[in-house]
Amino acid sequence: MLTAYINNQEIQVPEGTTILQAASQHGIRIPTLCYLENLQAIGACRVCMVEVEGARNLLASCVTEVKDGMNIKTNTRRVREARRSVVELMLSAHDGDCQTCERNDDCELQELARELGIRELTFTGEKRVKIEDNSTPALSRDTGKCISCQRCIAVCNQIQGVDALAPQDRGFTTVIGPAFCSTLDSVACVQCGQCAAVCPVGAISEKDHVDDVWDALDDPDKHVVVQTAPAIRAALGECFGEDPGSLVTGKMVAALRRLGFDRVFDTNFTADLTIVEEGNELLTRLKQTLTGDGQAVLPQFTSCCPGWIKYMEYFYPDMLENLSTCKSPQQMFGAVAKTYYAEQTGVNPENLYVVSIMPCTAKKFECEREEMTDSGYKDVDAVLTTRELGRMMQQAGIEFDTLPEERQDSPLGNSSGAADIFANTGGVMEAALRTAYEVVTGRELPFDDLRVEPIESLDGVKAASVSITDPVEEWSFLDGATLNIAVAHGLENANKVIQQVKNGEAEYHFVEVMTCPGGCIGGGGQPRFTDDKARQRRIDAIFKEDEQKEHRKSHENPEIVQIYQDFLSEPLGHKSHELLHTEYTEREVM
Amino acid sequence: MGEVIDFEQLDEHQQMEKVDEIIEAEKNTDGALMPILQRMQHTFGFLPEPALKRVAKQLNKSYSEIVGVVGFYSLFSTTPRGKHTIQVCLGTACYVRGGKSILEAISEYLGIGVGETTEDRMFTLEVARCFGACGLAPAITVDDNVHHRVKSTNIPEILERYREEEEEDT
Repeated sequence: MLTAYINNQEIQVPEGTTILQAASQHGIRIPTLCYLENLQAIGACRVCMVEVEGARNLLASCVTEVKDGMNIKTNTRRVREARRSVVELMLSAHDGDCQTCERNDDCELQELARELGIRELTFTGEKRVKIEDNSTPALSRDTGKCISCQRCIAVCNQIQGVDALAPQDRGFTTVIGPAFCSTLDSVACVQCGQCAAVCPVGAISEKDHVDDVWDALDDPDKHVVVQTAPAIRAALGECFGEDPGSLVTGKMVAALRRLGFDRVFDTNFTADLTIVEEGNELLTRLKQTLTGDGQAVLPQFTSCCPGWIKYMEYFYPDMLENLSTCKSPQQMFGAVAKTYYAEQTGVNPENLYVVSIMPCTAKKFECEREEMTDSGYKDVDAVLTTRELGRMMQQAGIEFDTLPEERQDSPLGNSSGAADIFANTGGVMEAALRTAYEVVTGRELPFDDLRVEPIESLDGVKAASVSITDPVEEWSFLDGATLNIAVAHGLENANKVIQQVKNGEAEYHFVEVMTCPGGCIGGGGQPRFTDDKARQRRIDAIFKEDEQKEHRKSHENPEIVQIYQDFLSEPLGHKSHELLHTEYTEREVM
Repeated sequence: MGEVIDFEQLDEHQQMEKVDEIIEAEKNTDGALMPILQRMQHTFGFLPEPALKRVAKQLNKSYSEIVGVVGFYSLFSTTPRGKHTIQVCLGTACYVRGGKSILEAISEYLGIGVGETTEDRMFTLEVARCFGACGLAPAITVDDNVHHRVKSTNIPEILERYREEEEEDT
């Protein structure tokens, strides 16, 4: 242990601790801007400077380790003035149209200027290179607002291994962006929006579709229905000052009704539908392989996550057959809403407008995929992120605190706890196991309270095995078989699993991948700022929701039983193939 | 340094063959990217976009990152270079003695900005910070030749001399 002093307070920290970490552990706040937990300490922004006795210059605390006997001051006149100058210089080059900026009131630069007491701009002069980029369905860029903190580059490279962004050019004309300062559609971007999730300013954000949804709601000829992804209910409250992990399902439903949606449904319903279809697909693949009835491709990869799908289409087109053919719950919802629901209610599907609330930006891309029209119409018309829903509610003057708790409408609104946990890393796998194990053995999944703990943590790659004994007649060939599963979140982690599979280091049967760290609860469209603490709290909230559900397994959801009786007939049947399954296309990286 | 190969005169197959040859030669050195880019700059006189895409693919690196590296170093150019490189000194002495108006005059005469190349691929225009000819300011260089005490009115005469030489050669 080292002994040092921060603002005359004696502290003890292990060797290798940075000044920033030491201060934070002892309740001393040092402002930061380019720093990212577990990921980036590059000392680029200089906002975290501190004074160290004996050092000639101020030091960036994020990259300076504590030394024994070090005497650190975080709040001297010199430090305050230097920090202020640094931020003033950023502001002088920054395109600061704060009042009309999407990040107004949610901007780390604005907050920093306030915190440092900057009341006038000392420096005026040239502004940064301004390129506005709306080339992709999901993301908007405005380099005039960028402060070159490089957080977006860190997540795109280190977490996702996608490398769409890099510093282009140099010095004052540096642009953070794709090759040759081009637009995002010119490179292999998976649209996950993790860049937008970590951007401290308004330089990268989701493409705003709030006005499209208002237009639909204001159109008297349109019947507008809304679905909400499982992860929204554990995060929407954060848009209204609640702590991460506040469960706000009932209030969310009430708010959507007050916004004017004709029916408030739930993506959870089609998450249950996904499990029934995808579970059966897995069992069919296993059957083909084990009984010699044709060689099916294994492992089967989950296909709920549009960022992951696009990643595979770019980087592993040779493995597209490993992807489940199931559409994502969002797209299944659109397809059944404009067929099953329209038929049941007599609403003309032409006038039916489907809105999704998603924790995700890539869902905006997904709904624009040209094959997503199996209902005969665009299956999902508009996608809003959790943040956009929050803004829409503010525009409507909805007082979140005073909202009552309401329930979703039928027949696309009921769900099991298995659907809830789709929001978490490991959740789709756990939900699939709850159903598949029971189909095969006729018994409940033998885990305490149906919780498969080995795959629930925030570890990047998780693996587990489930042994099958004494199966029912139909699946007797699985007797004594061991099902090997893996779960990865963050595409760089997914890449590790792919390499294991390719090198023959692991023989998995079923692999779940979610693009965003933590799963959808950490999605690119969730309220900022998402760190591991927020991730864990949202995950805990989702499990709470699961545990209080009447049904915990997808196949027990009565609305699912109903839709197979009335409409789909059977899993993997003709109608399912037509509406619920899809195919994938190779994409050029450059 | 050998003769510069005109990338755009090669067909697509020849282009990639040449590019692969360069990549292959450096591929196994540590930090292969810089030597590859340098060789390519020497070979073609600039770094063509299709060549950079090929490098990204062969090294399994991101295109954005590679172009970022290219943009960072001023010795790399992504546009074809002229036969002659003009450097206008904007060091202190040349600057105070009218270097900037010399630059403007050349830019206007050739119809190109700094870092650009004339359409006939004869000249590339660059700025420099002092080549030690302060006593003879303002100075410019064309390739390895230093021209002193340049006046705006002399520009056509100086530059046309290079053009004429080329014509005589051919």
